[in-house]
Amino acid sequence: MTPEEFNKIGEKHRNKRDEFTHNIRVCTAAACATLKSEEVKKAFEKEVKEQDKKKTCRVSGTGCLGLCASGPLVTVNDGQALYAKVSVGDVKDIVNNIDKKPVKRLEIPADTPFFARQTKIALENCGTTDPESLEDYLALRGYESLYKVLTEKTQVEVIEEMVKSGLRGRGGGGFPVGLKWSTVYKALGDKKYVICNADEGDPGAFMDRSMLESDPHSILEGMAIAGYAVGADQGYVYIRGEYPLAIKRLRAAIRQAERNHFLGKNIFDTPFSFNVELRLGAGAFVCGEETALIASIEGKRGTPRPRPPYPAQYGLWGCPTLINNVETLSNIAPIFRKGAEYYASIGTEKSKGTKVFALAGSIKNTGLIEVPMGITLREIVFDIGGGILGDKKFKAVQTGGPSGGCIPEQFLDMPVDYESLAGVGSIMGSGGMIVMDETSCMIDVAKYFMDFCKSESCGKCVPCRVGTAQMHRLLVLISEGKASMRDFELLEELCDVVKSTSLCGLGMTAPNPVLSTIRYFKDEYIAHIVDKVCPAGVCVMESKEEVVL
Amino acid sequence: MEQGNKKKNAAAKDKRQKLVDATMRRHGHSPYALIETLHTVQEVYGYLDDENLKYVAESLRVPLSKVYGVATFYHFFTLKPQGEHTAVVCTGTACYIKGVPGILSALREKFFVEAGETTEDNKLSVLTARCIGSCGLAPAVVFDGEIAGAVTPDIVVERVGRLLEQ
Repeated sequence: MTPEEFNKIGEKHRNKRDEFTHNIRVCTAAACATLKSEEVKKAFEKEVKEQDKKKTCRVSGTGCLGLCASGPLVTVNDGQALYAKVSVGDVKDIVNNIDKKPVKRLEIPADTPFFARQTKIALENCGTTDPESLEDYLALRGYESLYKVLTEKTQVEVIEEMVKSGLRGRGGGGFPVGLKWSTVYKALGDKKYVICNADEGDPGAFMDRSMLESDPHSILEGMAIAGYAVGADQGYVYIRGEYPLAIKRLRAAIRQAERNHFLGKNIFDTPFSFNVELRLGAGAFVCGEETALIASIEGKRGTPRPRPPYPAQYGLWGCPTLINNVETLSNIAPIFRKGAEYYASIGTEKSKGTKVFALAGSIKNTGLIEVPMGITLREIVFDIGGGILGDKKFKAVQTGGPSGGCIPEQFLDMPVDYESLAGVGSIMGSGGMIVMDETSCMIDVAKYFMDFCKSESCGKCVPCRVGTAQMHRLLVLISEGKASMRDFELLEELCDVVKSTSLCGLGMTAPNPVLSTIRYFKDEYIAHIVDKVCPAGVCVMESKEEVVL
Repeated sequence: MEQGNKKKNAAAKDKRQKLVDATMRRHGHSPYALIETLHTVQEVYGYLDDENLKYVAESLRVPLSKVYGVATFYHFFTLKPQGEHTAVVCTGTACYIKGVPGILSALREKFFVEAGETTEDNKLSVLTARCIGSCGLAPAVVFDGEIAGAVTPDIVVERVGRLLEQ
């Protein structure tokens, strides 16, 4: 395929799109879909037809617009006007005023900090493309990066570009992507695999889900580029079984891409072939760990194995395997479209680019955001997030899920990057960010995460299997006011043992929520143990008397 | 009449079995297809029954102990049939701090059913999920496949009551 031929494809779809003067897009991602956005979309289609504006107005679905708390969301002409909490009854007003000024009562101004403070790269197409339409993706220069890579660059050049971009793994570990790719590229073996880790098990995180539901093609494009760079011809997406909509859209996207020869044999008439298959996860948090994930794809119980050998050398069915997270892969195509220098110019010295966060908990603007690395927590929580719900007092923000920690108020002005978060006892994690106010009890939160780790521990290694159960027991005692200071010391000791001796990341990080709450909220532990009161009023104390165990 | 029903059941069973067979065939009856096949079994039968576990084990040439190991390892799979209606309570972090414990205790008080159990008359199963990814709408409960966001214990009791009346 010549460059002219390729450019024609995109142009054709852009022209088709521009035939309409107004593009009405209704968010059909999970959160808005729950709020019946499909009905709103149908109402728009009906109204446009009735007002005889079918030639000028196009109604389509679109991916996540971010502000999930105020759904269903609707945009007109990709950002010219953004409407929140649109109901079927509002549709007529919006269509009536489409050539005039936006409807004031529903409109969210474009300069709202929630939108103005974000930098969108991985979420670039979320909200401006119909996730079920390949044409929309092509109109936004989709598959152009893949074309450029396959026709102009060698494998080494592609990897060099990734190194230059400074992108680090967005699944939580933060391993440099360029380095990972080059390890798999150099590994010996005729058959290699690329796996997209879409097993978003971290409770309270929904970034991967939104990206898969909003822009599945960009993930496929990223996988194909990764496959070319490392020399793989087969890719797997390991996706959570709990995400039916994401599975449906990804399946449809794979079929569309295959039919149009963006996946399959001899893509763009080059010698490169690449196929993608889906594998459904079945609800095991430990399968986010790469060796456990591989075991699960092989149809076995998802138990991790000691590393090394790393999957880069010995992975799926013993072949060199590259595993990247959804967000990492959705950054690839934009990096090749905009250039590695552009990407590297965003962020901090050691953490380049942007990061997607799922804001949830006790915060006004819950939803999906993408911000440059190095932004402060205060900006995220109070400017973008709009502050605490019900104007209560901020207490802590939890990052990294069950592997992360709670960050108290004194660190709100700390820049968000891999090193700073690790420095205060939390981790970047995959991007879940749960904001807690004064009504949350830190012991209750620690107990919640320990209960999670206890039930998700695969049971292979003793420190994790037994340690998490014992830590949970101790936390229950503390929360019921039945513990002594001796139990507290034991808890601290157990944290240390489990952290240093567990086999995989799940066990090694399981004590983090406890450690970070002990570090910053020790007075709450003391209040539970010595005074037998829960300062936040969450825990129910069984008796105020000392119970001898 | 009874015979007619039996015939109907047998025909329906055949159709479901065909779907299971198709999944195994698509993967060339490879032992690697175990999880994919169990997904199909659960999708068409609603749960993993002993008969099907044995059938899958034989067809894929995987020891039954391993099939059972996999089926019990993953939370998504269930070995018990579900009630006529289900309420899946999300227990993700966001939902938890916004009041899931209250929802579960309301269900316990009103319908005498614990999380993970089915009522005696087989009408209602209350299940929990580790985050369904609707954190923006916390707390969330899925009633018979339909997600409801920002629920309170009262709303949940009312919605379940309506489900049971149907």
